[in-house]
Amino acid sequence: MGAKGKFALAYVGASAMLLAGIAIAWVAFWKDLGADEQVAIVPIVMPRAGLFAILIVGSIAFIGFVLRALYRAFVEPPLKLGEEATLLVTANPEHRIKFEGTSEFQPLVKAINALADQRQSLQQDVEQKIVEAKAAVEEEKNRLGALMSELTQSVVVCNLDGRILLYNNRARLQFKTLSDTPTAAGGGELIGLGRSIYAIFERNMISHALDSIQSRLRKQGSQPVANFVTTTRAGQLIRVQMAPVLTTVADNEERAVSGYVLMLDNITRNFENETRRDHMLQSLTEGSRASLAGIRAAVETLSDYPDMEPEQRDSFVGVIRDEVRAMSQRLDDTVTEFADALKARWPLEEMLGEDLISAAQRRIENKVGIATKVEEVTDGLWVKVDSFSLLQGLTYLAARLESEFDVREVRFRLLPAGRLAHLDIIWSGTVIGSETLMAWEMESMTVAGETSPLTLRDVMERHGGEIWSQREKAAHRIYFRLLIPSAQPAEQLDAQAFLRGESRPEYYDFDLFRWKDSSHALDDRLLTELTFTVFDTETTGLNPSGGDEIIQIGATRIVNGKLLKSEGFEQLVDPERELAPESAKIHGITQDMLEGQPNIDKVLPAFHAFCQDTVLVAHNAAFDMRFLQLKEDRTGLRFDHPVLDTLLLSAVIHPNQESHKLEAIAERLGVIIIGRHTAMGDAIVTGEVFLKMIPLLEEKGIRTLREVREAAEKTYYARVKY
Amino acid sequence: MGKRVLIVDDEPNIVISLEFLMKREGFEVSVARDGEEALRKVEESTPDVMLLDVMMPKKTGYEVCQQIRANPSLSGVKIVMLTAKGRDTEVAKGLDLGADAYMTKPFSTKDLVAQVRALLGIS
Repeated sequence: MGAKGKFALAYVGASAMLLAGIAIAWVAFWKDLGADEQVAIVPIVMPRAGLFAILIVGSIAFIGFVLRALYRAFVEPPLKLGEEATLLVTANPEHRIKFEGTSEFQPLVKAINALADQRQSLQQDVEQKIVEAKAAVEEEKNRLGALMSELTQSVVVCNLDGRILLYNNRARLQFKTLSDTPTAAGGGELIGLGRSIYAIFERNMISHALDSIQSRLRKQGSQPVANFVTTTRAGQLIRVQMAPVLTTVADNEERAVSGYVLMLDNITRNFENETRRDHMLQSLTEGSRASLAGIRAAVETLSDYPDMEPEQRDSFVGVIRDEVRAMSQRLDDTVTEFADALKARWPLEEMLGEDLISAAQRRIENKVGIATKVEEVTDGLWVKVDSFSLLQGLTYLAARLESEFDVREVRFRLLPAGRLAHLDIIWSGTVIGSETLMAWEMESMTVAGETSPLTLRDVMERHGGEIWSQREKAAHRIYFRLLIPSAQPAEQLDAQAFLRGESRPEYYDFDLFRWKDSSHALDDRLLTELTFTVFDTETTGLNPSGGDEIIQIGATRIVNGKLLKSEGFEQLVDPERELAPESAKIHGITQDMLEGQPNIDKVLPAFHAFCQDTVLVAHNAAFDMRFLQLKEDRTGLRFDHPVLDTLLLSAVIHPNQESHKLEAIAERLGVIIIGRHTAMGDAIVTGEVFLKMIPLLEEKGIRTLREVREAAEKTYYARVKY
Repeated sequence: MGKRVLIVDDEPNIVISLEFLMKREGFEVSVARDGEEALRKVEESTPDVMLLDVMMPKKTGYEVCQQIRANPSLSGVKIVMLTAKGRDTEVAKGLDLGADAYMTKPFSTKDLVAQVRALLGIS
């Protein structure tokens, strides 16, 4: 019963009480009178009954009036206040109560409004803090991402299920060399966010390493790191160091391992170097032993049996001559062949010659204060140097030239010479003899008061190099020539590939830490937590069973609700048949673009690997799937992944729209189209469209893979097409 | 006495000296250039001592040694292994496979002669 009802009841009650009171009073008064009095009073009262009635009705009306006034003053206002306060709490925190009522309520209203102010500013404060904290976390993540991408070591971070949640560019390049078809996905079928590390390393090896880390953690104190070396399919040797990622927990709890960091090192080349060195040692020792045996036996026989025939003597001398010659030859060969292996093992870095020279110029101008010039530097010449000590050496030479021979200017020349390079410091004026240079070489290097513990000789030895002074009489100039090792510019390619990643792409996703493979079957997983491969194909025509073939596959991945454009798969395919010239108008691919491309038998295995453990998404998927499935017998690869079709999903979401073409859907959902009708361009548009569809499907109560498949099957289009 | 010595080595330059030395010691000398020839000659003539090089074409000295030791009728043949492989593991392998002595190249001719004489029990 509402307040009004209660008041109405009270009013009725009060009126009834009044009437009852009057009636009781009348009865009591009546009984008290004697019979004659009763007779006497009737004529007095009766004519005034109207007056009494008016008095009674008036009283009842008065009670009603008072009750109504009370209701208006003290019952209605709290009800209204209550409503407004509720509005403030639940809907609109900016609402303030405006109240024109009795003064008793004013303080309450003021207090409520003050609380609302306070609450609002607190809320804003909290929101501000959250925004700041989020920004800080994001910035830290980005900083970590940046750091990782600049590292020259390969780093991969995985959760306990072996899913990759961070990797850097170097790791990506490394896996590219491990891939069977390096051009298509750039190793992307092996490495990618959410992919399984077990595609690369054996599960047992990883779990063994994890076990040993965990046992070390339990023992505490010791460093919880595990190492192993493994070979890859391509025969490369990879050294792996594993360190645990620990969860932060309260003080006295044991820290749990939630994932691990893998640092990878391709030691194939080191190993080859070691092997070469071993081989060299062996050929030197064993080869020499055999020759020496021949010589020693011959010499000892000669001296022990002086009585032998001249012919025999000649043949023994012949043995000695042959073997000595063979040994000399072997030594020469070894030195040439193993020159690199024989060099000092000081770690040298590869450096562009120009950079080395300009660094030397700056340093000499700053420290010695004389002019420098470049006479000639061969373009693109790389040298292998310990740049710090070599620059010290060059500066030291310039300083001594300046202080002892008053040289005011030095010039540089850097030229290739086989596997070596000539670095010349040139000046004009005094000739400096080899004794002087020798003396300079042996002293510890001092420049501008700074003394190095090294001598110039040490520097040259580090480089396995030599130094001498030389003179060109005709040109009136003298120079010191430093012989230093040059480097193959092979590494340069690597460096370029390294720089190519213009923006720092989506190489990490720490939300994957929370993933657990075992938690759901694929069908019951939410769309938001599945990994998708969105793909598109370009073909020679529309009839797969009539001999039309795939000429291009483009694909990209969606992990954790994000489209990973940097983890794409893009490959032209040689269809091994003629391309109808008019088809080029659609996809822009011409016959000569396809020449030399791998055929479908080579591309499908890489694409299959790229799709592993994911749900396939395509627009009008039936068409593309047909092409893939027709190849199943030939390649033995089954594309039996779950498939979602954006065409059908569009029909689920907008059943009343006429067009479900990709362009039309993209326009409806506000996706900007770039580069359509390349396989990759279409795959990206499809992926973006699909991402926009997920929340729309959710509104219709379609959340899991099973639900979305069932919904798609029910659409009109599905019934027509399949 | 006419003790027979078989020299097995593919390098003629060492064979010259070995042949000369063994003849001067008064032994009857024959020479084999590879492992298979060595096995043939051992069967034919059953030498008293064999100077056996390890690194040879066709069959290595180790294999030759093993096959000779597998044949009881040849148990009297003394085997001196000569090799450029100087590592202790290789010495151990040679002796385990049944060689009576193991000499690492380059060796002293005096030591070799002394070794052969000792094996034949000539003082």
